[in-house]
Amino acid sequence: MSSTKLKEYIHRLEELARANGLDFHPVDFEVVPTSFMMEVAVYGLPVRMPHWSFGVRYIYQYVQHRMGASRIFEVVFPGNPNRAYLIEDNSIAENTLVTAHVLAHADFSKNNELFDRMQSQVGYRIVEQAAERARRIESAIERHGKSTVEEVLDAALALEQHIDSGRGLRRSRYPEFVEREETKRPAGFRGRYSTLPGESSEESHPRVREGSRASIPPHPEYDLLWFIANYAPDLSGWERDIFLDVREESFYFYPVFACQIMNEGWASYWHARMLREADFLPEQIYLDALKAHSDVVRPYGGSRTVSVAINPYHVGYVIWERIIEEQGVDAAMRIRSEEDDFGFVRNYLDEDTADRLELFAYTKSRDRTGAERYTVRERDIHELRETILAPKFHFGAPRVYAAELSVDGVLTLRHDYRTDGRGLDQQRARKVLEYIHRVWRRPVRLISADNHGNEQLLDAGQG
Amino acid sequence: MSDGSSDNRWYDLFSRGARDWLRHNEKVRETVRDRFGDLVAGVDVLSRPSDRTVRVPVRFLEHYRFRLREEEEEAGVGQGPGKPGDVYRRPRAGKARRGEKGDQPSEGGSGGGELRFVLELKVDDIVDWIWEELALPDLKPKVTDALTDEELVREGWDRRGPRARLDRRRTIKEAIKRRAAQPDGPAFTDDDLRFRQLARRKRPATSAVVAFVLDASASMDERRRKLAKAFFFWATQGLRRQYRGLETVFIAHTNEAWEFGEEEFFQVSATGGTIASTAFRLAIDVFHERFSPARYNLYLFYASDGDNFGDDREAADAALSELGSMVNLMGFVETPQNPFESRKSETGRLFRSLESRNFPVAGYTVHADSDVWEAIRAFFHRQASAEEPTE
Repeated sequence: MSSTKLKEYIHRLEELARANGLDFHPVDFEVVPTSFMMEVAVYGLPVRMPHWSFGVRYIYQYVQHRMGASRIFEVVFPGNPNRAYLIEDNSIAENTLVTAHVLAHADFSKNNELFDRMQSQVGYRIVEQAAERARRIESAIERHGKSTVEEVLDAALALEQHIDSGRGLRRSRYPEFVEREETKRPAGFRGRYSTLPGESSEESHPRVREGSRASIPPHPEYDLLWFIANYAPDLSGWERDIFLDVREESFYFYPVFACQIMNEGWASYWHARMLREADFLPEQIYLDALKAHSDVVRPYGGSRTVSVAINPYHVGYVIWERIIEEQGVDAAMRIRSEEDDFGFVRNYLDEDTADRLELFAYTKSRDRTGAERYTVRERDIHELRETILAPKFHFGAPRVYAAELSVDGVLTLRHDYRTDGRGLDQQRARKVLEYIHRVWRRPVRLISADNHGNEQLLDAGQG
Repeated sequence: MSDGSSDNRWYDLFSRGARDWLRHNEKVRETVRDRFGDLVAGVDVLSRPSDRTVRVPVRFLEHYRFRLREEEEEAGVGQGPGKPGDVYRRPRAGKARRGEKGDQPSEGGSGGGELRFVLELKVDDIVDWIWEELALPDLKPKVTDALTDEELVREGWDRRGPRARLDRRRTIKEAIKRRAAQPDGPAFTDDDLRFRQLARRKRPATSAVVAFVLDASASMDERRRKLAKAFFFWATQGLRRQYRGLETVFIAHTNEAWEFGEEEFFQVSATGGTIASTAFRLAIDVFHERFSPARYNLYLFYASDGDNFGDDREAADAALSELGSMVNLMGFVETPQNPFESRKSETGRLFRSLESRNFPVAGYTVHADSDVWEAIRAFFHRQASAEEPTE
């Protein structure tokens, strides 16, 4: 393909984007082979730490790709500069469309508050940073051996989603002692009684010793990666670094995950709009790009078939289209700055939009042959929104927190099964506990619920 | 656009995905290795093991994460012309249609294990694993005075010798050394020549023969034969590690006994009574005719469900006693009708009586697939411990 042409289009599209009010850090475009793109899609980053689980994803991706089921168009890593990768085998029309799409992503990641908050913590050169971390881990492998390092990565990557984005990336350890503000006055009747003249005496309620040792953690700790890195009784420096490396990448990935519908919708809206306005594009390229657009931004099942999953590109696109129709671009710009998917779906996915998107809620069950059965339910817009959002809470993972670290180093994790509505998959939970135990090196316990809602204790390393 | 070109060929030079995939496969091998008890029973080959492989279907490994319990009913949202009350089905193996672009991270990798692949393992590798697993020493052939071969061993060099044993490399070295001290000397002199010396040495015989004897009467059904075969196979592999030359003899019997080739051996089925002594006699004859006990280490394994005609008791005992003084080991592989009555059977009692008279006898009960592994383990351990004092 003619790269000078594409270069020119990229330049013109950047001007057009700015004229439309989009505001972004510079974007470095690079044209790469499909094989490279496939790996980027698997690892989430061009160069990332080695782990066998990526190998499994890679084969899935590879098989899907060979069967023609999966096509990747573009990947962009927000930062300053943004780094975008285009596929060399894609047509110039497709890559033109992708360029416009990427520019809108760049606008989104610069201006969205969640993105901005996370980016300012993790830094603006993720590609280089991740490569540097990967290099460090490779050298740890050289020093300590493949399987030793792998055990640490097994645990750290299994807990990848277990961060607490609200508490931020850089945190200091809990205070070791709690300061009791003042002597506690006995409560209730005795309290009132002791205030009577002549009845007050020091002996009746001795002072609590000041500065008693604080319990760890002082509150339910959802950032398991941080907690283990800081409080594992027997972790060496390089192991701790691996936990913190994985954690830092999770902070980087979090906004991408938490804004997927909004962000993909935003990019799709703007690529469509810019394409229409790009009068410098030859007719044929415009038509081909439009075709690529309508292949991506539509329900997965097309217009006739039913799909049991929603296409975030399409859902986001239609919601944005409507917002801009009704409230104008300025309002849309404000919304893209302030919301994440939770606010976006709850506030802007209304009945009409749901109709236009042909969204339906269903109940999935299995019949006796093991076949899946999807029963379409009556639509209730509130329920619909919550069902869309349900897999997005807590980075898509069950809410498991560190509840207690006992003096002998036993770690107790708890699963907030009431909020999640049910207990954990036992077999998997047990395996994850084993991963954790291998780095925690003291007994690890987990309290969740069985299928009757009764508390259930799993443990690893308990003799 | 950085360089804007597609000249970034370096991308093609490495694949992290392939690297991690290979690592995954290595781990799969390790897990397979941890359960090779299951593998051991499934083997279907006996001879020429070096180029034989076992194909094991395996699942992808799952990198576990915390996940909510799967409920019988799950809620979801779909897109398309679905009306309340509509029901859609998808057959079991079906896979959710995924988006053309990125997946949810939570679905990465472990998506239900629809993909399987086949791991091909070399039989030799499996035997290596078993050896490591059991921490067995490298076995030495059994050494007795009677069992000796003569062997020519290389031993040093000499300045004289037949031309055929001229060691050219060594000779040139000598010439170079000499010329370092004597720069103007001739290229070679007679004194530079070095010839290999050979010496005659006695060494223990490293040949062995193992006779597999199978009760081919009707009560030995397909399943029992398969168990016997699996045991025979692995026993052969163990012995092969120990002996340079291992030959096999296959004998089946009902009320008379025949020798077979390996291929037919396991197919043999016949009607008739069960007279085990006929087979033992045949084994004695074969050993005497073809495998002199002075030159070979002899092994015999007898697989049967334990039944034998009562009338044959004395004859069988006599034949086994005679065999017992010839062989290194006689193994009874019992595939009992009733696992709780193993070793109470006619043949079981026979072997136990031999054992009490200090004949080299061992009994192995194989009722289910998993027993094969236990039996093999016991056999290998016995082999290893029998050898240790001679180290």
